[in-house]
Amino acid sequence: MKKGLISVLSSVISILIGLIFGLLLLLAVNPAQAFPKFGEMLVAGFSSSAKFAKVLYQAAPLIMTGLSVAFAFKTGLFNIGASGQYTVGAFCALACGIIFQMPWWVCLLASIVAGAIWGFFPGLFKSLFNVNEVITSIMFNWIGMMLVNLLCMNLKNAAGKNVMLPTAWVSSPIKDRTAALSYANPKAMIPKMGLDKLLDSNFMNISIFIAIIVAVIMWVILNRTTFGYELKACGFNKNASIYAGINAKRNIVLSMVIAGALAGLGGGIYYLAGTAEYTIQKLLLPMGFNGISVALLATSNPIGTIFSALFISYIQVGGESLQPVFAKEMIDIIIAVIIYLSAFALLTKTVISRFVHLDKSNVNAEPALTVSPKTDEKPTLKESEGEKA
Amino acid sequence: MIVLADVISSTIVFAVPLLLVAMGGMFSERSGIINIALEGIMIIGALMGCLMMRWLDPLVMNGQLGPQLAMLIATLFAGACGVVFSVLLAFASINLKADQTIGGTALNMLAPALAIVLTWVVQGQGQTTILIPTWSRITEANFGLTLEKGSFIQALLFKNFYLTTILTVVLFAAAVILMYKTKFGLRLRSCGEHPQAAASVGINVFKMRYAGVLISGFLGGIGGLAFTLAAGSGFQSSVAGYGFLALAVMIFGNWKPWSILGASLFFALFKVIGAYASSIPFMPKFKELEGVSSYLWPMLPYIITMILLVLTSKKSRAPKAEGIPYDKGMR
Repeated sequence: MKKGLISVLSSVISILIGLIFGLLLLLAVNPAQAFPKFGEMLVAGFSSSAKFAKVLYQAAPLIMTGLSVAFAFKTGLFNIGASGQYTVGAFCALACGIIFQMPWWVCLLASIVAGAIWGFFPGLFKSLFNVNEVITSIMFNWIGMMLVNLLCMNLKNAAGKNVMLPTAWVSSPIKDRTAALSYANPKAMIPKMGLDKLLDSNFMNISIFIAIIVAVIMWVILNRTTFGYELKACGFNKNASIYAGINAKRNIVLSMVIAGALAGLGGGIYYLAGTAEYTIQKLLLPMGFNGISVALLATSNPIGTIFSALFISYIQVGGESLQPVFAKEMIDIIIAVIIYLSAFALLTKTVISRFVHLDKSNVNAEPALTVSPKTDEKPTLKESEGEKA
Repeated sequence: MIVLADVISSTIVFAVPLLLVAMGGMFSERSGIINIALEGIMIIGALMGCLMMRWLDPLVMNGQLGPQLAMLIATLFAGACGVVFSVLLAFASINLKADQTIGGTALNMLAPALAIVLTWVVQGQGQTTILIPTWSRITEANFGLTLEKGSFIQALLFKNFYLTTILTVVLFAAAVILMYKTKFGLRLRSCGEHPQAAASVGINVFKMRYAGVLISGFLGGIGGLAFTLAAGSGFQSSVAGYGFLALAVMIFGNWKPWSILGASLFFALFKVIGAYASSIPFMPKFKELEGVSSYLWPMLPYIITMILLVLTSKKSRAPKAEGIPYDKGMR
């Protein structure tokens, strides 16, 4: 059995156990409503084209933050700072659109650059001073969020009005969120290309395709280029990669820069949809943290990220239908249980492969050593199998 | 002068949760388990402590139970629930050899969601805040003193005085002794440095690591309650990233108790300076900017910590075996 299939199977098992746990919790809280609401939650994402559009709309930034975390994981780094990179990326995209009146693709480039800068510092501190990137990126989450809030509140145009807020554009008392792109700069909205009419939802635009293309590019970089190979080598064993002549310090910084750029782009595509405004609040945005779930569920595979982001987005849309009887945080519990189970994915995988290969006792044998009996080719290390070990 | 008293007393009350939680992290990491779940443990501790206070409230109001005795019960309950929650981390990372960071992250996601759901269950739909009863604070009346309200001494000693503050002093002393003056402490530390060597002289690495994680659960749970008391506006299913800050404090404190004490006081001081900046005479005011008190000053502790982590990184030395699942056969 292919290792990829086993990974998928172990994720599916985690998901099933997580859902069962969620059902039990619903039963414990309110037995009468548990089954109907749980059923409603499971089908909500497909119940109407508008709901489905919302699944896709939320999946796009999730894919990006998931890729961000997954890419860093491949280099042995834990990018818990996706939230801050996402926020900074969102701000720069919006600022580019609202203040400088740029078209949408320039705004997206701005979000990439901003996210990359926010990922650069944790990477730099890790490689130069060996400061734990988890701590640094948590600090940068808070610094980024507060800085963005400050800028939103204080950037003024020539007339002395807060240019990021609605007050500069229309007469509006709202002071806690940025101006809507629909009147500030419609050009900065990501094109819909008729998808909104197709699914009958204003949420729909091409961002999901952008995200999928980026995911494929990331897969190619990681699996088909020397650069990707070097990054993964650093993740497996830093000392061995240094011994092999790989510049580990440079790769750590680059990996974090790319991870930051991905999360920043996520912020860009979410807020340039024109359906949500950045709200000034004291909490870190959850999108970056959900990216961690996405990456873990996908076992850091860029292609897997697409599916796990769709899944997480799907049950989150389903979670809205749990309200008001249950808190929508029930969904977060389900996701947390799934992630907890996938933490010992290795164990699950071993159990599955034992179950499947009852005849072969040693499932942990090196894949490189298995010689195909029919051909007399030399045994070669299959990269795609080696990486999942 | 009154500002000075406020700054000092607030510094102490905010340093308490940081110190407790960072000490908890230290126990866990010195035994070899990275405990990134401290944030989640804090939330569970705060939730359970606040719920216990809520349940004991009628008894205290009737005079059947002394308020500080009720606080002691709530605090210990918070610690016990922290221990129970940390078992999840211990089980995943010690028994199942799971990735410790991932397991911890899952628990960090689980805790706030669980807290919201439980708050709904206890308080009814849509009620997201658990209020803290007024009797939780130790006042001058507890000592039979009458001090003028707003005087220097009153502000310094009794404005932010809780049972957790006293308990922290006791726990800190106990932790230092446990870590450096007992057989247990030496064994625990050896498991974080070289578990195979520890096992070779008959130390049970599994037990030691369990002990480390469970102690961190206890301290983290109490720390969560202490944070909620310090923040003062009731429990809203969040501890505002303090668990992660405590991790930074622990690293900045170099995994050593006395340095952690200094680091947490230092960090709390900057947090409080940020909060009181507008009433401290010599601080710049930035009158032309908006949102200074809610976003500019609160950034200060994070930036300072960042700079300090970089500056002290040369001396920083993590336990050697932390984050690596214990494998008997490995050399």
